[in-house]
Amino acid sequence: MKKIALLACLIASPAFAAEIWVTNEKDDSISVIDVDTLEVTRTIPTGERPRGITFSQDYSLVYVCASDSDTVQVIDVATGKILHNLPSGEDPEQFALHPNNRHLYIANEDDAITTVVDTVDRKVIAQIDVGVEPEGMAISPDGKIAITTSETTNMAHWIDTETHQLFANTLVDARPRHAEFVNNGTELWVSSEIGGTITIFDVATQTEKTKISFDVKGVHPDRIQPVGFKLTQDQKTAFVALGPSNHIAVVDVASFTVTDYILVGRRVWHMTFSPDNSLLFTTNGVSGDVTVIDVAAQKALKSIKVGRYPWGAATKP
Amino acid sequence: MFKLLLMCIMLTASAASANINVNIAYFEITRPAPPVLSNLDPIPVDLGLSGARLGISDNQTTGKFLGQDYTLEAFIVDHDQDPMPAFDKALTFADYILVNVTADQLLDLADTPSAQGKILFNIAAQDGHLRDQQCRSNVLHTIPSYAMRADALMQSLLKKRWTDVALIYGTFPTDRAFADAVRGSIKKFGLRLRSEKEWVFDADMRRTASSEIPIFTQGFKDHDVLIVADEVHDFGRYVAYNTWLARPIAGSEGLRPLAWDRTVEQWGAAQLQSRFDKLGTRSMKDQDYAAWTAVRVIGEAVTRTTSADPNVLRGYIFSDDFKLAGFKGRPLSFRTWNGQLRQPIPVVSENALVSQAPLDGFLHQRNELDTLGLDLAESQCTEFKDQK
Repeated sequence: MKKIALLACLIASPAFAAEIWVTNEKDDSISVIDVDTLEVTRTIPTGERPRGITFSQDYSLVYVCASDSDTVQVIDVATGKILHNLPSGEDPEQFALHPNNRHLYIANEDDAITTVVDTVDRKVIAQIDVGVEPEGMAISPDGKIAITTSETTNMAHWIDTETHQLFANTLVDARPRHAEFVNNGTELWVSSEIGGTITIFDVATQTEKTKISFDVKGVHPDRIQPVGFKLTQDQKTAFVALGPSNHIAVVDVASFTVTDYILVGRRVWHMTFSPDNSLLFTTNGVSGDVTVIDVAAQKALKSIKVGRYPWGAATKP
Repeated sequence: MFKLLLMCIMLTASAASANINVNIAYFEITRPAPPVLSNLDPIPVDLGLSGARLGISDNQTTGKFLGQDYTLEAFIVDHDQDPMPAFDKALTFADYILVNVTADQLLDLADTPSAQGKILFNIAAQDGHLRDQQCRSNVLHTIPSYAMRADALMQSLLKKRWTDVALIYGTFPTDRAFADAVRGSIKKFGLRLRSEKEWVFDADMRRTASSEIPIFTQGFKDHDVLIVADEVHDFGRYVAYNTWLARPIAGSEGLRPLAWDRTVEQWGAAQLQSRFDKLGTRSMKDQDYAAWTAVRVIGEAVTRTTSADPNVLRGYIFSDDFKLAGFKGRPLSFRTWNGQLRQPIPVVSENALVSQAPLDGFLHQRNELDTLGLDLAESQCTEFKDQK
């Protein structure tokens, strides 16, 4: 089946093969993986210490946080050429693109600031004081709320995207890393690396609904450190990277229960799905590879060698 | 001055709801630096204090979202002065006092009647007896003990199967204390101490190291690694590359187990390093890290309990809920038997992190971090009984 699809793709238009773009934190590059062949097809140079990565809505541009170059780079997807740098504030780590396809919300890790950049005018339109070491960024599907999590302050900061003011600051467990809006924006999920949990908030009231904990057999709880996570398109299943425990947890979203753990590479950071959600690609920082997981079978299929310390991942259909 | 400061705090914090003001004192008795052979690395005058300042700044950024305000005041006394008047002032100012003093001085301070009910954070003294028979219920230790450091080093040596050890130690009390911890750790992990010798030369090694060290080490039985216990950093730097046998150096020089070092970059540590670097011109060191950690322990406990009461904070700090993110890859917490902060120990070379203890394979029934230093079963400390 896959082979036929692959052939059809090749014949029709090879340029449109789905790809996974992976930032390599310590190689200053992006590895591009072909979703059909599961091989790295090209490597694109970037600025220093690339981490967060996201595509524009039409997939013609890709934005990359070049943390140590203190900039967000805009790269032409077709050619891999850096078109220009955006002013981003110091040490940008993660960001989220507003549904308006124009405003980037950037966490400035070294500066305790969230910067909002207009990607068209290439100008900073707001800077918001947040906690120490801002990291995770998320924007609600309706575009009204932006979230920054701060690693040392241990909070999710709720930003009104109209006024660019904070309207709530909610504590979570130690070292929050990643945030996502879930269930049409009614829930906010925040992972806490040192706390070892995911906190789930009711977005309407900004109050804590529940927490998910993890327990991998044979691994000390201290080493189970949730970082990146992603939900399937149907929002039924969440996959959670557990860092140095080298496992991905599979979570049933409706019941907030963990149903399985999948062994992947060392110090797993972030992940992205193939366009049809059949495959999941995880970045494994220490082992320098990407694990490909069969989503239906919940099994690791293959690991693909990329650059040094792969960090972020994004899908281009 | 003190009244004015309090007024300022009240004015600035009054805008936020549920205001909590937390005063933290930093108390130091300066120690004259012993004469050492090389002038290359003077001891920074702000060692410890700069870490506390960074901790306050981190606490403040967090506190501003919660109406919590933190104030640090430093009380620094010369070693030839009576420390008690300044210490009394520190106790009047704060319930939480970071102390940068020697072990003997620490015991005097902790036993002061007005220090009962306060929490002292030991950020400097690594001596074992402070965590053992001479522990005090009002003293928590954020600096690792000599034993924790020695155990971290032995784990690293065992992993390399460098099991045969020779030891050179200096004549200062800190050198001897570290050497004692090394001997204890050699026993604990089943390594072999093949030879040991005290460094008693008083020549200037910058001229004669190449001729003296080979002869000094010539009589040593064959060993895999030479441990140097020279905590004042006097002769140790001249040992490497001058020994009779070609052997790696570890301990106070060479492969060093430390609470913190500039080579620690994983687990987000690069951010802490860069925040510290911005404060001044030097890198973060052990005592800075211990001071930063102490201030963050207070901040974390205040944030989670919304209280500044030392009894409430103490209860939380010793509870299972307390988990401090300390940029070492694991949550930090306190040992309920002696008030020591459990923490991984980086083992570093001049320019890189070599390993971080506890190493894989060193197992423990409760927490692998407790393979480092005095464990529950061995500790003779009974002051923390109510915490168990």
